[in-house]
Amino acid sequence: MTAARGYLRYTAGKLGGAAVSLLAVLVTSFFLFRIIPGDPVKALTHGTPTTAGQLASLRRQFGLDEPLWRQFTEYCAKALTGDLGISYQFRAPVGELIAEKAPATLLLTGVAVLVYSAVGLWLGARSAWRHGGLGDRINTGVALTLWSVPSFWLGLLLIITFSVGIGPVPGLFPTGGMESGDATGLGYAIDVAHHMVLPVLTLVAVGYAQTLLVMRSSLLDEMGGDYLTTARAKGLRDAVVRRRHAVPNALLPTVTMIFINLGHVAAGSILVETVFSWPGVGGLFYQALSVPDLPLVQGLFMVFAGAMILMNLLADLVYPLLDPRVRR
Amino acid sequence: MSGSPARARRREAAARLWRAYRAHRAGLFGLGVLVLIAAAALAAPLLVEGDVRKVTGTPGGPLEPPSARFPLGTDQFGRPLLGLLLWGARISLTVGLLAAALSVAIGAAVGIVAGHYGGWFATLLMRITDWFLVMPTLVLAIVLATVMSRDVWTVIVAIGVTSWPTTARLVRAQTIAVESRPYIERAKALGGGHRHIMGRHVLPNVLPLVLAQTTLGISAAILTEATLAFLGLGDPMVISWGGMLQEAREAGAVSSGHWWYLAPPGLAIALVALAFTLCGRAIEKVLDPRLGVGR
Repeated sequence: MTAARGYLRYTAGKLGGAAVSLLAVLVTSFFLFRIIPGDPVKALTHGTPTTAGQLASLRRQFGLDEPLWRQFTEYCAKALTGDLGISYQFRAPVGELIAEKAPATLLLTGVAVLVYSAVGLWLGARSAWRHGGLGDRINTGVALTLWSVPSFWLGLLLIITFSVGIGPVPGLFPTGGMESGDATGLGYAIDVAHHMVLPVLTLVAVGYAQTLLVMRSSLLDEMGGDYLTTARAKGLRDAVVRRRHAVPNALLPTVTMIFINLGHVAAGSILVETVFSWPGVGGLFYQALSVPDLPLVQGLFMVFAGAMILMNLLADLVYPLLDPRVRR
Repeated sequence: MSGSPARARRREAAARLWRAYRAHRAGLFGLGVLVLIAAAALAAPLLVEGDVRKVTGTPGGPLEPPSARFPLGTDQFGRPLLGLLLWGARISLTVGLLAAALSVAIGAAVGIVAGHYGGWFATLLMRITDWFLVMPTLVLAIVLATVMSRDVWTVIVAIGVTSWPTTARLVRAQTIAVESRPYIERAKALGGGHRHIMGRHVLPNVLPLVLAQTTLGISAAILTEATLAFLGLGDPMVISWGGMLQEAREAGAVSSGHWWYLAPPGLAIALVALAFTLCGRAIEKVLDPRLGVGR
């Protein structure tokens, strides 16, 4: 009873914290895009000759001739109802543009996070169990090397090697996009999967190191535990001690990481989506940057930041359910 | 004169640190790579003839493959890629070092102040830190670089002000640990003020931690710099590895299979980032032997 109430209070606290964070994102993005560039209208007309009259009318159109606090309250009211403004280059509501591109990103990043979590956890557990050995050193060395590689460069190299083809290697995979034509049903699913191989491979290669290192150190912490000695004293085989006793406990801290990675990878997909012309929000962000299409950049900034806050909240809420020790 | 015993002690501690560091082979490898690349970057004006920024009157033809005259080939303007690569090392190292220094300076200041004073002010500072911690760093840096003018300082500031929170948290924890020791109480009893305690007692004790953080931060900063340049947010007048990759992509190096144009800048970025990561991890292990399990 008290435990349930304690969790309830904990949840309420975390929800409140996330709400404050979201509010802070709202305020930050308002001032970031209005104070720093000095004048959004100047930024918008940058490079094109504009008369003072045109500038004034543009200002009126965007509501920039009103006092700052009025702009701010109006902006907050609009943002809270999901109205993120109109994109300069697409002449369409920012909210709609993002919603249209979101599924492709969710698919790509979801698959990538699943794959690299699995790879990272498995390799991390193996590394820690035989720490100091050759396998461990190769494992961490390769992971750290791949971690230092810029994802966009790896993506470009993969395209050159496996899509364009070098020498005897034929082009095995499409160079970009998400689908190649009018396939339907199962054929469509296979087509999308075929397009996804290289981008997912890039995200996994660059991203699994962190999961591996966290899993490795978390399992190393567990390995001194008395309960493992007990398990061995009972006569359990080494593999069983690892699988049934040590790894489940070591998994707990990595759960938080997987959630947080989901938030990070959405932002990290900006580069991979750009390189592979994947039709998601990351690619949209790149298009918005090159104009720069400020309402769209601002909307996407809020979406990326919001996703991170949401994922952190989820991790905070799930963790006490999994690990009774942190329950208050 | 009164400072000299303390100085001797510190010199001795530094020598001990170096002896422990030498035992880490990966760390030594990283250090060696960094020394080589730094030397190449410094010597770039001697090694590369002419102004590589000029795109007219260039020595080679456009997009030549590697040859005896141009070991890495040429770009679309006929500039030797090896020369560009050497010049690019300067900007990568400069931005990496300065951005990491800025980030660590902010983090250390916030951490020490929050750990020393405590109370509602510290709570507020740590709330802000936590907020920055959950922000997607790359997106925030991109947004800052977009709304500010296109130059090297923008990139440094954008990286520096978005990546300090981890350092702040670590330094705060260390500050609290240091301040609970008796010699701080003694310093207070002898009349040491806030500034004296923070500057003379806490700071020297958190410096090793700050050093490790800086080294790890540099590799992150170098990667972010390359990313920003690749997205076209760097200074267009400056040659950088990320910018070279962007130009290669725009020149169609991918679809025409010019792997020799694309491979070197990325390898250079990865090598430098890896070298700093290896150094940082080695320093971390030297400072905290508990982490050294199974190296």
